[in-house]
Parts: sequence; C-alpha cells; structure tokens
Amino acid sequence: MTYSDANIWFIIVGLGLGTYLIRFSFLGLIGGRELPEWLLRHLRYTPVAVMPGLVAPLVLWPNATGGDLDPARLIAAGVTLSVGYFSKNFLAAFFCGGIALYLSLYLLN
Amino acid sequence: MPNSTIKSAFWRGLRDGSPFLVVGAPFALLFGVVATESGLDILHVMSFSILVIAGAAQFTAVSLMDENAPTIIVLLTSLAVNLRMTMYSASLVPYLGKAPLWQRATVSYLLVDQGYSVSISEYEKRPKMSVAERFAYFAGTMTLLTPVWYIFTFVGAKVGSEIPPAFALDFAVPITFLAMVAPMLRTAAHVAAAVVSIILSLLLGFMPAGTGLLVAAFAAMIVGAQIEVWMERNAT
Repeated sequence: MTYSDANIWFIIVGLGLGTYLIRFSFLGLIGGRELPEWLLRHLRYTPVAVMPGLVAPLVLWPNATGGDLDPARLIAAGVTLSVGYFSKNFLAAFFCGGIALYLSLYLLN
Repeated sequence: MPNSTIKSAFWRGLRDGSPFLVVGAPFALLFGVVATESGLDILHVMSFSILVIAGAAQFTAVSLMDENAPTIIVLLTSLAVNLRMTMYSASLVPYLGKAPLWQRATVSYLLVDQGYSVSISEYEKRPKMSVAERFAYFAGTMTLLTPVWYIFTFVGAKVGSEIPPAFALDFAVPITFLAMVAPMLRTAAHVAAAVVSIILSLLLGFMPAGTGLLVAAFAAMIVGAQIEVWMERNAT
C-alpha cells in the first residue's frame, strides 16, 4: 500500500470513531426513539450487500496468481459458501474452506 | 441481596460468551497476519483491533487499503459493514436505556455481533433481570473475548511476516468473509442482495478502487429491502 503514515492513522481513528458513534447512536444519544421501518429494512441487508461484493473479485482473480482464475481457490470458495449456507455455522465453514484450499492446492498444483 | 444476583449474571455471561473464543482467537490472529502482510506496522495493527474492535470492518478496511483505495472510500465502505450495529444499539434501548451513561458507553464500545446476540436472547428469556444484572451479563460475555481479540491480533502481527507464500494466506480473507456471509443468507431477499452485490461489483470493477463496491452495496441493500417488502405482501 502507498498511504502516508498520517493517512493510515486517519483511517484507523476515523473508523474507530465512526464505529463507536454507530454503536453509541441509540443507546447513548437518541434514546428510546424507534428507527423507521424502511430504514431498519435496509440496515438488515448491509452485511450481505457489502461483503459478497468485496469478496467476489478476490475469489475470481486473486492477486497471488497475478489475477488469473485459480481452480484451487474457486473450489475452496465454493466449499466455504456451501458449508456455511447449509450448516449456518461460521466455524464449520471456515475450517472446511481452509481444508478444501490446502487439499486442492496440493492435488491440483 | 442484589449483589449476588449481579455476580451470578456476570458469571452466566462469561460462560455463555466463552464459546465465541474459538472463533475470536483465529479471527484476530488472521487479522494480525493479513494486516501485517499488507504493510501495516504493529502499532497500526493493534490500534485497529483496539479502537475499532470489529473484525469484518477491519478486514474490509485492510483489503481496500491493499488496493490503495481512496481514504474516503476505505472509511465509507468499512463503516457500511458496521451500519447493522445501529440496529443492535436501538434494540438494546428497552433493556439498557436506563443504565448509567458510563455503562451505556462501555456497552457501545463492546457491541459486537457475538456479545450482542447472546445478551439479547438472555434478556428476552429472563425479562425479570434488573438493569444492573443485564449490564453485568453483557460485561461477562465480553470479558474474555476482548483481551483475546487484542492478544491474538498481536500474535498474528508478530508471526505474520514469517509465514511463507505456500500457505496461500492471501485467501484467508475471502474464506473468512464467505464463512461469515453464508450463514446470513437466510431468505431469498438476502440471497438476492448478495447476488446483486457480486454482479455489480464485478461489472463496476473499472471504477476507481472501491467506488464500484460502494455503488454495488447500495444497490444490493435496496434490492434486499424491496424483495422483503414484496415477499411480505405476497405471503398474506
């Protein structure tokens, strides 16, 4: 990365403060007032709206292979996603994904 | 004897929160490793875990920084990952809204998915708990997880630079994110939001680093919410 030290600190402190304000928002500042239904409805989707988009390019064109499709990484991603979807268990998905990655790297390369 | 019930609430929280250590420790370790490999020094890495204390947002920030995205985009996207916490904050008001300010400020700092989810279900299960007991319970759930988060970030940052490329650690972040997201895909609306997010972020890859993702995420939130409305209307 090519950030200046000041820039890095700006990101860390900004993210820290912003995250704190988000957490403190209702409990500390706004009190008992309720969020409007339409807003709650959108907030519910923030993690599934951000994370898949973040991860898709990393899965399809990984840096480690110079941006080429990598079957081992694709298999690992597929296994993680399926195990997580069906088991609803982070740990199971995480470990199965890791095992699938090393196994397919070993067998395919 | 209110004191003993407060103590027992604390210990119950500690016990109920302890299973999350199994997730928290490797997650923190991984953050330390990945952030160090991206070129952050140990002070930066530790500050992330101590000031932000939100795994998914920290990983988001570091992976965007790895692509040299503009500062404002790094901040906006990572904060978007944490926006769900406004819901956590709002839903705790009926239970902890009357607690002293220092307690509400403490809970706000420690408000992560794990502590929140066990605490809110405990509060619903035991409606007779006093506000002080509720705070003690919440504090209990985070008493082990918080230091473990710091310590394992440190360990990860220390060993990070010594892990050879053969371990394919570049792929630790995608696997972590997929493992987090997959269990959240509970309804067709969640799946649709995720699919829109993927397609748009790939199509908008030409946009300056990170901005395509922000547009994709915004569109995906709207699609998810609209499909939810549509499904509710058709269910009745």
